[in-house]
Amino acid sequence: MTLLVGIFFAVAIYLFLSQHIIRMVLGAAVLGNAVNLLIFTSGRLTLEIPPILTGYETTTGMLTANPLPQALILTAIVISFSFFAFLLVLSYRAYQELGTDDTDEMRFAEPENQDLPPLGY
Amino acid sequence: MRTLIFRTVAPYLASLMILFSIFVLLRGHNEPGGGFIGGLIAASAFAIYGIACGVSPVRRALHFHPMAISGTGLLASTAAGMLSIFFKVPFMTGLWLDIPLFGDSIAVSTVMLFDIGVYLVVVGSITSIALALEERPNS
Amino acid sequence: MNSFMPSTTFAVLLLPFIAALFAPALTQLLKHNAAWILALVPAAIFWHFSGFLPVISAGEVVTGGYQWVPALKVNFSWYIDGLSLTFALLITGIGTLIVLYSGGYLKGHAQLGRFFSFILMFMGSMLGLVMSDSFLMFFIFWELTSITSFLLIGFDNKREASRRAALQALVVTGGGGLFLLAGLLLIWNVTGYSEMSLLLRSGSLLADSPYYIAIFVLVLGGAFTKSAQFPMHFWLPNAMEAPTPVSAYLHSATMVKAGVYLLMRLNPVLGDTMAWHIVLPLFGGTTLIVGTLLAIRQTDLKLMLAYTTVSSLGLLVMLTGFGTEKAIEGAVLYLVAHCLFKGALFMVAGIIDHEAGTRDVTKLGGLMTAMPITFAAALASAISMAGLPPFFGFLAKEEIYAGLWQVSFWGGLLTIVAIVGNALMFVIGFVVALKPFLGRRKLKLGNVHEGPVLLWLGPVLLATASLLTAIFSPMTHRLITSPMASAVEGEPVSAYISLVPHIGMPLLLSLITVAIGVFAYINVARLRALMIYALYKIGWGPDKGFDQFIRGTVRLSFRVTNVIQPGRMEFYMKVIFILVAVSILLPMALFDEWPAMPQWPDTISRYEAVIMAIAAVGLFSVLYAKDRLTAIVSLGIQGFAVALLFMLFGAPDLSFTQFMVETLSVVILALAMTRLRLTPTDHRALKEKIIDTIISLACATAFVLLLLKVTQLPFDTTLSDFFTRYSLSIAHGANIVNVILVDFRGTDTWGEIAVVMVAGLAILSLIRIRTRPANAIAANDPAEEDERL
Repeated sequence: MTLLVGIFFAVAIYLFLSQHIIRMVLGAAVLGNAVNLLIFTSGRLTLEIPPILTGYETTTGMLTANPLPQALILTAIVISFSFFAFLLVLSYRAYQELGTDDTDEMRFAEPENQDLPPLGY
Repeated sequence: MRTLIFRTVAPYLASLMILFSIFVLLRGHNEPGGGFIGGLIAASAFAIYGIACGVSPVRRALHFHPMAISGTGLLASTAAGMLSIFFKVPFMTGLWLDIPLFGDSIAVSTVMLFDIGVYLVVVGSITSIALALEERPNS
Repeated sequence: MNSFMPSTTFAVLLLPFIAALFAPALTQLLKHNAAWILALVPAAIFWHFSGFLPVISAGEVVTGGYQWVPALKVNFSWYIDGLSLTFALLITGIGTLIVLYSGGYLKGHAQLGRFFSFILMFMGSMLGLVMSDSFLMFFIFWELTSITSFLLIGFDNKREASRRAALQALVVTGGGGLFLLAGLLLIWNVTGYSEMSLLLRSGSLLADSPYYIAIFVLVLGGAFTKSAQFPMHFWLPNAMEAPTPVSAYLHSATMVKAGVYLLMRLNPVLGDTMAWHIVLPLFGGTTLIVGTLLAIRQTDLKLMLAYTTVSSLGLLVMLTGFGTEKAIEGAVLYLVAHCLFKGALFMVAGIIDHEAGTRDVTKLGGLMTAMPITFAAALASAISMAGLPPFFGFLAKEEIYAGLWQVSFWGGLLTIVAIVGNALMFVIGFVVALKPFLGRRKLKLGNVHEGPVLLWLGPVLLATASLLTAIFSPMTHRLITSPMASAVEGEPVSAYISLVPHIGMPLLLSLITVAIGVFAYINVARLRALMIYALYKIGWGPDKGFDQFIRGTVRLSFRVTNVIQPGRMEFYMKVIFILVAVSILLPMALFDEWPAMPQWPDTISRYEAVIMAIAAVGLFSVLYAKDRLTAIVSLGIQGFAVALLFMLFGAPDLSFTQFMVETLSVVILALAMTRLRLTPTDHRALKEKIIDTIISLACATAFVLLLLKVTQLPFDTTLSDFFTRYSLSIAHGANIVNVILVDFRGTDTWGEIAVVMVAGLAILSLIRIRTRPANAIAANDPAEEDERL
């Protein structure tokens, strides 16, 4: 499992390092999964017993899966989905406006060969 | 993608999914389910409907703007949290009320209201995203 | 320190700031006549502090204050002795006149209210500075004077020269302030005192400390920049860009004296050492000579006065450093005299400028008949400046000579320096006071007449003060001079000097000074030409150096920005991920916290293995996808595999959510991709690919190791147990995950749905709002073209 998390991370980061925004967006999606799995694994794994209390008595000591990371991940999934959608639309719009998907060519905010700032007072 | 079969099936499929999403939402407190999941199911229902039949029927079916639904949800959740202030307990403390109905009692709570709010936010936001993305090629 | 002293003083210290708050509104209402009301503020403060005169002249000190941050021994406390009281009286007394004067000078100016506000704020800071007992307060007020003077010098913010002067003053004095801060902190560390009053009683503790030289240099760094000592003098003449009331107030009477105040204040504890006796007179003397020489060169009235101010400050520093009893008395007398005559002369220069329209001394002449009152005030002040009886300046000069004159090389040298400096100041004083008024009326000047009462009131009162303080010298000494000199000296001192001529060395030296002065006055034009020639030959001064410094800073920061922010996303990403890997791996390597090698699980279930394999396949096919459909599908595959994993490990909620999210992701990705004419394949060169692979593998290894380490540590189940135990009993829910979400951690979830909603809004607006640039970029988009049809 740990090894799988590693593969997830490697792929996500490799995608991030690409110059193409679309690949970076894919990387973001994979990275989301990677982090979720990381949290999930560090909350220890138990097979097949969901954290739902059977019957209506207060039971303790029952060996259920750890509910805490699950709660964390549940929101994380939804948030990372919104984030992913936002990134996707953002890159789509950037592509529309700037006509490129290569981050090297996206120099609108930081143009190349900027002039010196004014030296007066 | 607008094949005949898909278009015919989609409305039924979508309505079934929405029904199921509400079921998931309401049972969420004691069994797997809840606002997030329910909301996502409903949102995908609308997305499917949108793909199959175009965006405008979905908008008509929704009646409200999806973002308005989302806003309502956030308001509901906030209200659920705020209610506790009137009972002099900290923000977001769950309040429970048993309403006798048909001889049985149904537990109504601010927590449930909160979960419904979550549901609405997720439905609204994601539907609006999906619809906005679907809209362009068809327009 | 008295724990709770009468708070009138506290209120008085706050008063200028409060007045500054209301000044703009009041000015809106009353126009320039608001000056009459606003002047009541400093006048009231003056009245309050003059009430301390009897107590202080009896040799006592008054302290008071409040605790501020007791844990750090930081207090808001004040300390009134002869020194600070004299300063306070000068600040508020001259301040009153300045406020009135500004009302006349800036009459009708659109920003008069703001000006009043600034000048009152400055007054408050200056007052706080001389009153403070605790170091922190002292430093804060010190910097406040720098900031308010920045605002005042740059008051005319539409002119570049003004902005430059303001920035220069701020950089120089603010930079000095940092030195001072370091010095004060060092003093605090060495002595353990954070208050002036305690420090002054510490005797030779500081002088004997091994850190003495460091403290000495740091304190001087603060004092010399503030008091414009050579070679940091250049900001003061430039600051003449400010409106004249500012020059008269800040740059003659108050702010520039702050450095001298600091030196005088610390004289008892830092003084009386070799370094003190040599360095201070050296810098002071140089400043004196350089200042007067530069002043001769000028033809602008204000600039001449500004340079003589520089030299006067040099004289004060020199005397403080010389440190004999008489020298200190001379310094004290001169300080008071200087405030009186220089303030008056600045105001006179302002009146001339205001009425005649120019300050150039070569263009002025014959104004005596038109402006008799101004002329009288100017003449009186010039006489005082020249050190002639019957004005206060005379007493000061006599005492200076008495103090410096010693039959020794050092004393003799300084005496000569003082004579030359004074003679040249004599010249400047009379050039300013006589040239514009005597001689033939210059034709260009037109119809010039006396200024309004608001303008001439100040100089006249100050000139009168110069006269009266000299005539009633015993009283002046008893109330002002002796207590102040005692405070500087650290032990009781009394001054006796009066207007009655006393035959002796000082008188002789005075006569020499006057003789040189008269000679120089006659030849002033020739001297000026000589100076201009000399400066032309030198060609470079600290003023230009400042420009180069600022430009260099801008260039440097530009280069640094270019290096660390080249605008390449790829570069940022690489840096970030390398840092991530290093920050995880490095501590492990340093503290030898490597996780133990995990046991390969014996029984890995078939499902698990298959699903993991599916996930891995999905991931790799994302990497190598040749077209977008493959990429989307393989992204979906890995997502669903994750969902299955969640299901396997007992998380049905997660599993459902993941399924739905993946479905939706694939849908919207497909929707977006159909419109992005993008190929998700890799175009990178092989070399870059290898580097990127290494980076990503390093990061991944780091995370794997971290995760292994975490899972090998004992597991803290407190929180999980809590949720499991109370889920039903408190929150009436059996699905613990959901209970955590909506009840226990409701506020978190609430924030999260807000985020979801904001993301939705952001996406909507991104899609809907389109800025259409006028270029052909938009033509790339097929959808756009459809719309345009």
